[in-house]
Amino acid sequence: MSGYASGIVAILCINLIFAYAIFVTAAAGQLNLGGAGFQAIGAYAAAWLSSSAHMPANVTIPLAILASALVGFVISFPVLRTRGVYMVLATFAFGQFVSGFLLRSPTFGGAIGMVVADYIGVGALVICAVVTTLLVFFLMASRLGLAIRSIHDDELVSTIMGVNVRAVQVAMFTLGGALAGLSGALYAHHFSFVEAQYFNSLLSIYVLLFVLIGGTQTAWGPLVGSLFFTLLPELMRVGGSWRYVVFGVVIVLMMVLRPQGIVTRALVARLSPRNWWPASSRAATRVSDAG
Amino acid sequence: MPVEPILSLKQVTKRFGGLTVADQVSFDVPQGSRMALIGPNGAGKTTLFNLMSGVYPLDGGSIWLEGRQIDGLPSRQRIGAGLSRSFQNIRLMPHLSVIENVMLGQHAKASGLGDLMTPILWQRAGRWRQMAIERLEAAGIDVHPDAEVSSLPYGVRKKIEVVRALMSSPSLLMLDEPAAGLNPRETAELSAFLKDVAADGVTLLVVEHDMSFVHDLCERTVVLNFGRLIYNGATRSVQDDAAVREAYLGSRRVAGDGGDRAA
Repeated sequence: MSGYASGIVAILCINLIFAYAIFVTAAAGQLNLGGAGFQAIGAYAAAWLSSSAHMPANVTIPLAILASALVGFVISFPVLRTRGVYMVLATFAFGQFVSGFLLRSPTFGGAIGMVVADYIGVGALVICAVVTTLLVFFLMASRLGLAIRSIHDDELVSTIMGVNVRAVQVAMFTLGGALAGLSGALYAHHFSFVEAQYFNSLLSIYVLLFVLIGGTQTAWGPLVGSLFFTLLPELMRVGGSWRYVVFGVVIVLMMVLRPQGIVTRALVARLSPRNWWPASSRAATRVSDAG
Repeated sequence: MPVEPILSLKQVTKRFGGLTVADQVSFDVPQGSRMALIGPNGAGKTTLFNLMSGVYPLDGGSIWLEGRQIDGLPSRQRIGAGLSRSFQNIRLMPHLSVIENVMLGQHAKASGLGDLMTPILWQRAGRWRQMAIERLEAAGIDVHPDAEVSSLPYGVRKKIEVVRALMSSPSLLMLDEPAAGLNPRETAELSAFLKDVAADGVTLLVVEHDMSFVHDLCERTVVLNFGRLIYNGATRSVQDDAAVREAYLGSRRVAGDGGDRAA
């Protein structure tokens, strides 16, 4: 694999795991615009443990996941007291706080950043991305996944049906923190360098866009969204700087034409092998593709 | 031998600001009965349902289900205690398919992390999905399980909500205007279906404006007016009661007028 191709695969894997981190909360209806903050915690935890405490990657990565999961758990309590746009603002503020803190902390290298001692190759990233994807598909196919999606639609009815709404939301924020931390730790160990400026608000916006444009109804959404957003700018490289303009127009068009995201539950149901042949005993009710 | 009440409301009181929407309401729902809860618009019927299912806390009184006080239980634990309900305006999950909406009704029956975390279709060869499909078929709902609920006719969605409420195997099923918006044929079908449900041992408590439906389905009726209980007795004599007549006619409304339904 050429350096260019392996670079894209690495970014794709990191973006995919990162997208799933945001997806697990978005699927339950919580928008997290502080993704970069959680990723930064994972990246800096791994960088510091690797460079200052001289630990190998197979120790730093689990510890980095633990650190960002813990932060996700703690932060979920104040954040879940807010709703809608206020939650978006609260998580955004959290992301800004983390990058501001790292930028001013001499322990973590401040604006200079940190060199990460232990290197991991693109193969490890691919394995992590595949495992994460399977994990999220598994989760979404479970009764917990059903509860997550029903919370997204109607919290009151979910509660009456016996779902512990608050517990599920806290669990998803914690899992989201863990996955964002994993993506950050992989970033740190693969690119061997972290700097606070990288984990900025634009990164948080991008990853939320991956998820919203991919679709929050099924685990396919972030997969399609991150493939689309990672590969499209590369394919458009021939257009020079104009590619960002085209990219922006594409995003606006997607929002207008398909606000529910590229992949919806109804689309997956229509493409599912179970529905390739109409059930003979049942009147074939249309499986519509309304959002 | 007197039948033990499955549900007892004792002096249930609720105030919203200065307005008393439930004023020391007390009545029993006998085990295995089919009971109607009626009253003019704004009488507090839906509020009473919300108090029973724990949407709001009580300001006074107590609620007992099968001899157990439930008004202190969190809303999510009441379905496990045996109390299930539907909603006045259809509240199916719009982004869940028909079968997923019905399977959500089974949530309270799933036990432990194993049931929660394993893909639903892997659990004993898809028994959850199979149970949901059988219930839909028993209710005469002939739609594709993966269909989008928003694509279905109103009457079918209304029925799916009843089936969802039944999936938890409740001992008490509370239905908030199940016949509203249904045509006469659908109403008759629903009544027959609910009689079958009751015959399986489920006690019914039904808020309804359609009096012919109430007469057909429910042997007993309680009437609320301005948050107070004004009648508790046989359905056949409800229209002869002076207080009930005054409550309806005094406000120039007739039961079953199909008007606005802000209760």
